[in-house]
Parts: sequence; structure tokens; C-alpha cells
Amino acid sequence: MKSKFLIISLLFTITAIIFIAKLFFIQVVETKYKLSADNNTLRFVTQYPTRGKIFDRNDKILVSNKVYFDLKVVPKSLSEFDTTALCRLLKTNIDEFKKTINEEKQSYRPITIKKQIDDKEFALIEEQLYKFPGFYFEKRTIREYQQLIASHVLGYIAEVNPEELKNDNYYEIGDFIGKSGIERKYETQLRGKKGVNILIVDVLGREQGSYRNGKYDENALAGLDLTTTIDADLQAYGEKLLTGKIGSIVAIEPSTGELLAIISGPTYSPDLFIGKNLSENYKMIEQSKGKPLINRALTSLYPPGSTFKLINGLIGLQKEVITTQTVFVTNGYDAGNHIVKDHISGSVDFQNAIQHSSNAYYCHVFKRIISDPKFTNYADAYEDWKMYVESFGLGVHLNSDLDNEKKGILYPASYFDRYYGKARWNYNTVISLAIGQGELGFTPLQIANMTAVIANRGYYITPHVIKKIQNNKINKQFIEKKYSKVSEEHFKPVIEAMEKVVSQGTGYSAYTPGIDICGKTGTVQNPHGADHSVFVAFAPKNNPKIAISVYIENAGFGSTWAAPIAGLMIEKYLNDTTSKPWVEKQIIETDLINQTYK
Amino acid sequence: MLQSSKIVNNFDWITVVIYLILVFIGWLNIYSSSFDGDSFDFSARYGKQMIMIVVVVVLLVTILFFNAQLFPAFSIIFYAFIIFLLIMVLLIGDTTGGSKSWFVIGSFKIQPSEFAKLATALIIAKTAGRENFRLAKNLNQFLIVAGLIFLPMFLILLQGDAGSALVFIAFIFVLYREGLSFWWLIILFVEILVFIAFFFLDTYLIYTILTLAALVTHRYNTGNFKESIFAFLLIIVIITVQAAIVVFFRAEINISVMIVISVLFVSMLAFIKYLRKMHFKAVIIPVLLLFYMSSVYSTAYVYKNILKSHQQERITILFYPEKDISGVGYQTHQSKIAIGSGGFYGKGFLKGTQTKYDFVPEQDTDYIFCTVGEEWGFVGTTFVILLFTALIFRIIYLAERQKSKFSRIFGYSLALIIFLHYSVNIAMTIGLAPVIGIPLPFLSYGGSSLVSFSLFLFIFLRLDAERESVFG
Repeated sequence: MKSKFLIISLLFTITAIIFIAKLFFIQVVETKYKLSADNNTLRFVTQYPTRGKIFDRNDKILVSNKVYFDLKVVPKSLSEFDTTALCRLLKTNIDEFKKTINEEKQSYRPITIKKQIDDKEFALIEEQLYKFPGFYFEKRTIREYQQLIASHVLGYIAEVNPEELKNDNYYEIGDFIGKSGIERKYETQLRGKKGVNILIVDVLGREQGSYRNGKYDENALAGLDLTTTIDADLQAYGEKLLTGKIGSIVAIEPSTGELLAIISGPTYSPDLFIGKNLSENYKMIEQSKGKPLINRALTSLYPPGSTFKLINGLIGLQKEVITTQTVFVTNGYDAGNHIVKDHISGSVDFQNAIQHSSNAYYCHVFKRIISDPKFTNYADAYEDWKMYVESFGLGVHLNSDLDNEKKGILYPASYFDRYYGKARWNYNTVISLAIGQGELGFTPLQIANMTAVIANRGYYITPHVIKKIQNNKINKQFIEKKYSKVSEEHFKPVIEAMEKVVSQGTGYSAYTPGIDICGKTGTVQNPHGADHSVFVAFAPKNNPKIAISVYIENAGFGSTWAAPIAGLMIEKYLNDTTSKPWVEKQIIETDLINQTYK
Repeated sequence: MLQSSKIVNNFDWITVVIYLILVFIGWLNIYSSSFDGDSFDFSARYGKQMIMIVVVVVLLVTILFFNAQLFPAFSIIFYAFIIFLLIMVLLIGDTTGGSKSWFVIGSFKIQPSEFAKLATALIIAKTAGRENFRLAKNLNQFLIVAGLIFLPMFLILLQGDAGSALVFIAFIFVLYREGLSFWWLIILFVEILVFIAFFFLDTYLIYTILTLAALVTHRYNTGNFKESIFAFLLIIVIITVQAAIVVFFRAEINISVMIVISVLFVSMLAFIKYLRKMHFKAVIIPVLLLFYMSSVYSTAYVYKNILKSHQQERITILFYPEKDISGVGYQTHQSKIAIGSGGFYGKGFLKGTQTKYDFVPEQDTDYIFCTVGEEWGFVGTTFVILLFTALIFRIIYLAERQKSKFSRIFGYSLALIIFLHYSVNIAMTIGLAPVIGIPLPFLSYGGSSLVSFSLFLFIFLRLDAERESVFG
């Protein structure tokens, strides 16, 4: 009997050893079961922060948020459910739905079943959702625009693309990111910080409460609110005036560098770029006439035209190659191989030259600057002149806080050396620079800033569009004064002349009774079609509140369209009214886009 | 009649301590998997189980004062009563989890099959415990014992509770201890191998392997060369005839035809042998061969025609575990995840996420071991296995010191039934056996199981307290 006892004992012992060995393997050696367990039980629900709101300079709300919901599910947690009923509820295509689910069938990662469900639809679905265990809502926010203005400045947000995902590991598929404008430039401040709720879910995906009482949860931090320098009313008015026109208006408060309005025409409604139809609308806008996607205020380079005469005048005075008393006989300017034509003739002094925009006068001034005997050669003189020009913020990066700001075109002497040969060129070769044509290209922003320098009598503050980030003060760089190389006393005669330009000169169409507007017209030669119309102005003459540049493409002389628009803008800003409603009406109703483009 | 104090002194308190630890571990884990964070609730499962534990303790004390002679005396009546209940439950029982094995009385459910093991153990002890009982010598006695075991087993199988029926295999080991040939264990073992092989090998290949094995064994068994040649020729003939059928009828051979042909040949042989009054042993191997062939056939038949698809899948998944973890393999997979996620030290009491949140089905009854594995880790699972092993050894040890054959057989029955329950249950939770729903003794939630096992154990301990007496 002893042997039978032993055999039975052996059975017990071997069984125990097999069990313990297998358990050792499952519990200690193998790690895959531990990983599966976490996926099984924990659901990481992202808490999306509210994106920062954007206000105008008077605390009018420009961009806020509205809530919507994404319907999500962890495919792996799905049990049997009535697909047809769910699709009917969601109003989605059943085949597509099945495809989505089947593709990710084995996934423990949540997939989005339906995006951007608004609160009405949410209520309908939520009521029925208990029938479909495993499906849950994730709360998101979407941009909401109180006024349909300033789309270029504000920019838009959209889902991150693969490249953005790669560059910043903050983002996950489906997250939103600022794609342009303020939304892009201030993305880190606006986005806030995502949080996460870790929930324990059972096998059917039912929530069982928070994991370790929320010990590892992170609350979402709301994005910071931004206060812009934009004056919503002025911005809206400018956009209205620019209806049917290609061009740009930039208005700056000279004393602070704050951008009051940044308008690019044609524009589009910012609410086209939210929600489900974004990509559709984007294509539509991209292809529509006048290329509304381009922010001309920051990216289009135009020669400054006659407005540049102001700069050459100021440089001439500073360099003492002329005085305010200098008179030239203007009957065109002989540039050797061609004559620069002029619309006035006879003896012209400094003031008249600005007031009537004499070409020949400034050719002479430019000639004197470049052939200044202080320099051994033209190239050095040119380089020195260039430095003066750059001190007005022209041809350099302004380092504003605007997205995608262009540097502009202002060539160094070496460019001409290369082009014409070293020492094979002189003032006449590049004489068109005297009158703001030729090898020059500045953005409307730079031209507006240049006007601000004149209005400030010699300095500018880097233009910027954000005044306040929540309650924090803005960067020091947006307070510092940047002085031009022209000293204050030389501005007086130029400003006097600019006042006359409006009151009795080429810019009379900007004249507004009661406001002493100082301005300068310009016409930009356009080899591709009708000339562009330019006007720069600031007002009032003393303690200027606004400096403005207006570009209207293919609109002929600066006095035709740009000047009256500038006048209306200034009056609107300073007096919040218009004394010339008929001009306003005519401008709004004029559709240059369809006239000039066939 | 012995004095009560002597009984208490003779009571094996080591076994009682192991028992109490197991029950306590069971209750802790039931508490952990059914506690929902509110205050203590007697209507929750852990509350009900606590009530049952109190009931069991009362039973323990009561049994101490029983006259031990009563157990053999009442074994026939008890067995008859349980058989009656097993029949009744088929007629008026309640179905839970696919098996019709419950009586519902108020808020408690009673499962007579749990008590059938105890009743069968008593009746076997009573029958085989008689002094004139010689299992190996007397065919009538053998058949009576076999009948007593197969009757409840069959009735439980009819309820659809294959797991509980399977447990009756324990009695083969008991009878082995009481003189049944070792060959019976080998036969059983080979049958298990054949069953497993069915899922991996081609049926014809199994037949061929069986035939070759039979030849070798026959040679070894009889030592009679002439007999071997004869058996060998017999097998060759059977295979040839079967092959001929395949070839000439150009049809997929019906396995039942093969079996019938084999049966005819073997019957003929047995008849000739009987007429010549030759030794019975010579035909054992061919008969066994026939048995295994038939079992392959019947396995195939049962698998394809009788088992419901979910039952088929439950068995298939055992052999191909990674086939479909979200479908049929789900339970086993989740159970492994739960146990595996416990790691070495476990997640701690009440910290199990897998079992608590219903990932593991039946986490407080059949899968209670998952909760142990998840919350107490490798340390906990090993401890439970060692406790069971210790308990079983202790019982066997106690059984061996009995003067009374009745007590010894009863003790062996107890040890082997506990062993079968615990090993099948744990093998199932760690993916070594198919999903067979039987509880883990003393640990699983369920009054019937706890009461019947406790009763079983205490009756034995009560018998052991008077180990110098003879019962029966």
C-alpha cells in the first residue's frame, strides 16, 4: 500500500509544481499581461483647455469659444451594439462607420466617431447613448467670432498636420493649432495646457470612477486672453471701404506703435475657417478672385512711390546736401539716357516739391546725396543713404509680433556692383530710387510705420498687435523708441509740406474739415497693369493719434482712391463719424476687382 | 461512547487551522471583488458568504457531538436522498449559467450536485469498507461500486454540469488505493492523451499510433510470442479492411463503420478464446484498442454533433489560446491578465482593477483565484497552492492512520475530490485546462460548495477523532 500512497502523493506534488511554475511565468516573468491590464482598465480622457479669448483695444470681444463635443470610442472595448440605430442617431453613413470601426478593431486607443457635435445634437445623442456602451463624449471648444472682421490678423486654427505633430510633442492627432495670424504667433499663450482625467472603466467601457481618486489627474489650464491693439470699429470700417478692391490699409498709433487696423483686401469672413467645412471653405477662398488668403498688409511688396520723396527729403536735409531753401529748376530731370518727367515745371522749392510731388526735384536731391563729396565713391554714399532709409524701418524686419512679416527690398550697393559692374554705376543709374520706384519694395506695414516716424518727428516704436496677455505687460521691445538717423528739427518743414499736400496739394481728396491731416500721395508704376494708388497720412498734425498707409492696387493716382480712403479712416478714428457720406458711399460701391480683372 | 472532551482532544486541529485560513482567504477575496465602497452590506455577496461561514462554524460544533456511527448508518439513506434530489432538480430545477442544477429557496440557491460528492463518498466508504470486499477479485462488487459512482455522475451530466461530473473521476484514485489495478490509472491517463491528441492530430494517424502502441504493450503484457503474432495479425487485418474500404469505395470512410468492423473481429476473437478456455488476459489489449478507437470516434462525434458551439470553442481555445482573445478565449485571456498583472507581490488588498471591474467573469466564484493572483501576486497564489497541497497531504496522512476501512476510504475520497476541484479550477484560470466551471473549494463564493466541503471535512475529522474505532 506504501507504493500506492507514494504514487498519489507524487500526483499532488507534480500538480503543485506545475501550477507554481506556470504562475511564476505569468506573474513574474511575462510582462505583456501587466501592459494589457492598464489598457484594459484605464481610460485617459483628455481635458481640453479653453483657448484664450481675443479682445480689441477697447475690450470688445473679437474671438471667443463655443463648446462642442467629439464622440469617441475605444474599439477594443466595444461589445455588440445596434450599428444601424447608432448610425441613424449620428446621421452618419453606415458603411463608412463600419469601415472606421473595423480598421481599428484591435486598438485600445480611442478613435473619434463623430467630430464637432453642437449642443443641440449633443443633447439628442446623449439621451440615447446608454444603448451603446463604450461610446463617450469628449468636450472641445471651437472658435466663435463676434464680429466677422480681421481674419488676416487673427488667423485661424485647424487640426495639427503631421509635421507640426513631429515638431512639438504637446500635440496629438486631432488637436487644434494656430495656423496663421495671432492664433499662430501666440499659440503657446492661447492654447493653455491640456489636462487629463484618468478613469477606471470596466469591460464594457463603463466608467467606474477616477483612478486613485484623481491622484494622477491633471487639470486643464485655460489659455491666456489676449488684448489686441486693433480698434474693431476702425478695422470693420476699413474693411468695408476696401470692399471690391485689392489693397491694404495699415493704421498705427504713432506714440505707442500700436496697430489700430490691419486690413488686406479682398478679405473673407473668419467664421469660414471654423468647424467641419474648413478645408472646403479654404479651397474655395484660395481659388476666389483677388486671392483673399494673401495678407497684403504684411507680405505684399510695393515700391513706395512718391511717398518715398518724404524720406529722401528728410535724408537730404539731415545730410545737409539741401536746405529748406534749396530751389531746383524742374523741367524734367536728365538722367543721361532718359528724362525723368515731371508734372510741374519751373523753379520749385522744398515745400512745393512735396506738395506737388515734383519728380525732378527729388532726382536732384538724390543726385546730391549719392554724389556727396564726403564719400570717396557712389557705392559708399549709397550705403550710407541705405542706412538712413533703414532707420525708418524700411527694408528691414520690423520684428513686430505679426505673423509672416516681410523684410522688403532695399538692395545693398554690392547688388548694383554685381548688376552693372563695380564703379560702373552712379546716381543716374538708380535714379528711380529718388522717387520711390525701381529697386524698392516695402510692405504697407513698413510704409505706415515710416509715416509714424514722421508723425513722431524722428522715432518709431516697433509696431505690434498685442497690447496685453491676460494681465501681463507686453514685451519691453514694444515700448522702446527707435530713432531714425534724421534729427527732429528736419521733420518740421516736411510735415508743413505734408499738411499742404492735403489742404491744397495732390492729396486734397483726403482733406477733412476740422482735422489737420498731413499726407503724401503716391503712384506706384505697375508694369503688369494699371498703377497702384498709394497714400500715407497722419493726423492730427500735433500729437498725432493715427498714422496710416493706404494701398489700392490698379487704382491709378494716389489721389484717386487711396487719399479719400485715408481721409475717411482718419476721420472715423478721430471723430467716429464722416463728413463726406457721399464719398464713403461711392468708395464702398466701387468694385475695382471686377472692373480691372477680367 | 467516548467523552466529548476526548473527541475535542483527538480532533486534528492542524487541518482545522489550514481550513480556516483557506476560508478566510476566500472571504477576503470575495469581499474585495464584490465590495463597492459603501458600508458593510449583508445582502452583498461578501455578506452572504459571511453568513454562510457562521452557519458552517455552527455545523462544525454540532458535528463534534455527533455519534460517529451515524455516518455509515445513514450513508444509504443520504445517498438515496441525494439521488432523489438530483432527479428532482432535473425536473423542477433552476437554470444558471447553462446548467440546470439549482433549487431556489428564497434568496438562497442550493446545488444538490455539491452534496452528491459527499453522499457518494459515504456510500463508497460503506460499500468498499466491508471486510469481505475484494475489488480485484469480485466482478459483482466492482460493478456495484462502479454503478454507485456512475449514477450521480450521469445525473449531473444530464444537468449540463460537465465540470461537477468530471470530479467523480476522483473515485478512481480512491479505488486504486483500495486495490484497483494500476492499469486503470494508465488506461485513464492514455484516454486523456488520446483526447488531447484528437485536437492536434489526424484521426487516422491516432488510430495508427494506437495500433503500434497496442502491439508493443501486448508483447510486453503477455510475453507470449504466438499471442503477439496473433494480435498483430488481427490488427493488420482490421487496418487492411478499413484501407480497402477507403480504396474500393473511393469514399470518405465512415469512422463508425471502422468501429463496427473492429468490434466484430474482437468479439469473434474473444468468443473463440472463451471457448478454448484460454487466459482472459490475451484479449485485454485488443479490447483496450477498441476502447480508445471508439473514444476518438465518440470524441469526434460529441465534439461535432452534441457540444454546442460555445462548448466546442471553449475546448478549442485551450489548445489554441491566442486564436481569439476577445471572443471565446476571452475568459481565459482576461483571467491570465488579471493574475499576470498582480506581479510578484500583487497590487494589494482591494486594489485589483481587473477583477473588481468585471473584466474577469465569475470573479468571485469560479475565478476567485484571479482575485488572489491580482491582489496578492505570486506570493499569494503560491501560498494558496501550498495550503491546498498541505491540506490534501494532511488528509491522506490522517486517512492512512485509520483503523477503520470506512474512515480511510472516506478520507481518500475527501482528499482526492478536493484535489480534483482545486487542480481543475486553477488549471482553468491559468489556461492549462478548458473552461470547466467548478468552484475552488473553501474559497469560491457559494453556500452549497462551502457547506458541502466543510461538512465533508468535518465528518472526516470527527471520524478521525475516533480513529481507533471501527465503523461500517
